[in-house]
Amino acid sequence: MSAEQKKSGTPQPTIEYRKILSDGLWGNNAGLVQLLGLCPLLAVTTTTINGLGLGLATTLTLIISNLMVSSIRNIITKEIRIPVFVLIIACTVTGIELAMNAWFHELFLVLGIFIPLIVTNCAIIGRAESFASRNSLLPSLVDAIGMGIGFTLILMFLGGIRELFGFGTLFAQSDLMFGQAAEWMTITLVEDYRGFLLAILPPGAFIGLGLIIAAKNRIDQRVGTVLIGAEEEPATATQTA
Amino acid sequence: MIPHNRSTTTREMGMVILALLPGFFALTWIFGPGALVHAAIMVPAAILAESMILLIRGRSPASTISDLSSILTALLLAAALPPLLPWWMAIMGVLFAIILAKQLYGGLGQNPFNPAMVGYVILLISFPLEMTSWLPPSGIEGATMGLSQTVQIILGIGEHQPLDTLTGATPLDAMKTALDQGFTIRESQEMVPVGIMAGAGWEWVNLAFLAGGLLLLITGTISWQIPVSMLVALHLTAFFFNTVDPANFTTPLYHLLSGGIMLGAFFIATDPVTASTTPVGRIWFGAGIGVLVYIIRTWGGYPDAVAFSVLLMNMLAPLIDHFTRPAIYGEQRGDNE
Repeated sequence: MSAEQKKSGTPQPTIEYRKILSDGLWGNNAGLVQLLGLCPLLAVTTTTINGLGLGLATTLTLIISNLMVSSIRNIITKEIRIPVFVLIIACTVTGIELAMNAWFHELFLVLGIFIPLIVTNCAIIGRAESFASRNSLLPSLVDAIGMGIGFTLILMFLGGIRELFGFGTLFAQSDLMFGQAAEWMTITLVEDYRGFLLAILPPGAFIGLGLIIAAKNRIDQRVGTVLIGAEEEPATATQTA
Repeated sequence: MIPHNRSTTTREMGMVILALLPGFFALTWIFGPGALVHAAIMVPAAILAESMILLIRGRSPASTISDLSSILTALLLAAALPPLLPWWMAIMGVLFAIILAKQLYGGLGQNPFNPAMVGYVILLISFPLEMTSWLPPSGIEGATMGLSQTVQIILGIGEHQPLDTLTGATPLDAMKTALDQGFTIRESQEMVPVGIMAGAGWEWVNLAFLAGGLLLLITGTISWQIPVSMLVALHLTAFFFNTVDPANFTTPLYHLLSGGIMLGAFFIATDPVTASTTPVGRIWFGAGIGVLVYIIRTWGGYPDAVAFSVLLMNMLAPLIDHFTRPAIYGEQRGDNE
């Protein structure tokens, strides 16, 4: 994960943007530290591609909603900000849902109810409230990208683990996302794998996420203060979320 | 949790292991040496897994292993598994039981769920076909499967008949299928191998575990509340439905002597770590398991229900304890915390 600490293509490489990005990717990761958006995180991650699809949709929602909230942050009053955020997020999600229905119809069918449910993902309104409504456009964009990609990576990682143990494959059904040309992406690691059903069922999601969080805390302990994000987010912070 | 000292724990666990012997004897007599082979594989696996985690946690394995609790977990799981389950599934169950259900929560005394039952349920929902394929009770007809053949099948080596020609559903399973298809009890009984009181063979296994359980009661290793309330609750529930509609609901005796009831009532539900600890709470705890077993067996998706019921009540045990805490001398009612 340490490779992702490097900011990628961010303009004005000040330490601040670097920190915003690394917070989203690792230190304050939506899935691993804030434990927000657990419903999609646990429910759709039966395969890597499902995780990737939902992660990208969530990232896009985050970017649009963060940008919109940030740009109107000086107009809306404190009292009505939450309804305004909700409206913005709901509109964005509806737009993305329609777009996915049109262009990624197969994936849309697989992800089903979880696309409209992005609207209930607390991570999105959480970023609107705690970041975008207090910062200008550019930091809000960087924050949305960092948070979104961090969430997507966790969705993919958990999805990959569950797919590997459950089906013995990785990136199965890539064609749902990238079209027929992408079928080569599917890696079958074990031929005639009999399937470990638990990994696909909900308990597998909980056990898998628990183990990933434990691993992250362990890495943070080992690395100590080397990571930028680790200073403010001690490993034990997870338990309070 | 009750503070315990290690020698008491070792003595109690040793007693429970001793009391399992009649049950293992009956399992071997009726279903062949599968349970013994499983025990021989799973006990070392349990000790190894426990030692590994303890080493990682920086504790000394020797003193913890000697409390016998991990060995008991392996034996309880071995007694519950189908006799011809492949070895790697058996080991997987033990690893989940010891590492996930016990050590990840902090080891003996800290685990909210019964480790053996967590292992069993994980195997059951992951490998439903293998976990419900039992041997017919051949011991009764005098032709048990030999040791070498059993070992070969469990290890998956050598030439042997395909498994599905050897195994079948348990009586509880077959009866459920028949009832689901709309047959009455009387018609179903003609399709299911029935013994004198319950499913053929199973009644003897259950009576053997009952004998071991009585030994535990007499020696004071377990208290009477949980097994008695569990069996009474199951009996009353079954009696009620059997009286109302005898054509579609089996008799209480059939329920009491089928599946893993006696093993569950005396050896699993009574686990001092995961059960309720107050005397009144234990009655509620046991009764809850009894009723849940009936509900899941009759209307649920799986043929037997002891493991699910125990885990569900494990979840409620802290709540039950909270509401049944005996008043401490001098304390006024409603004087909480």
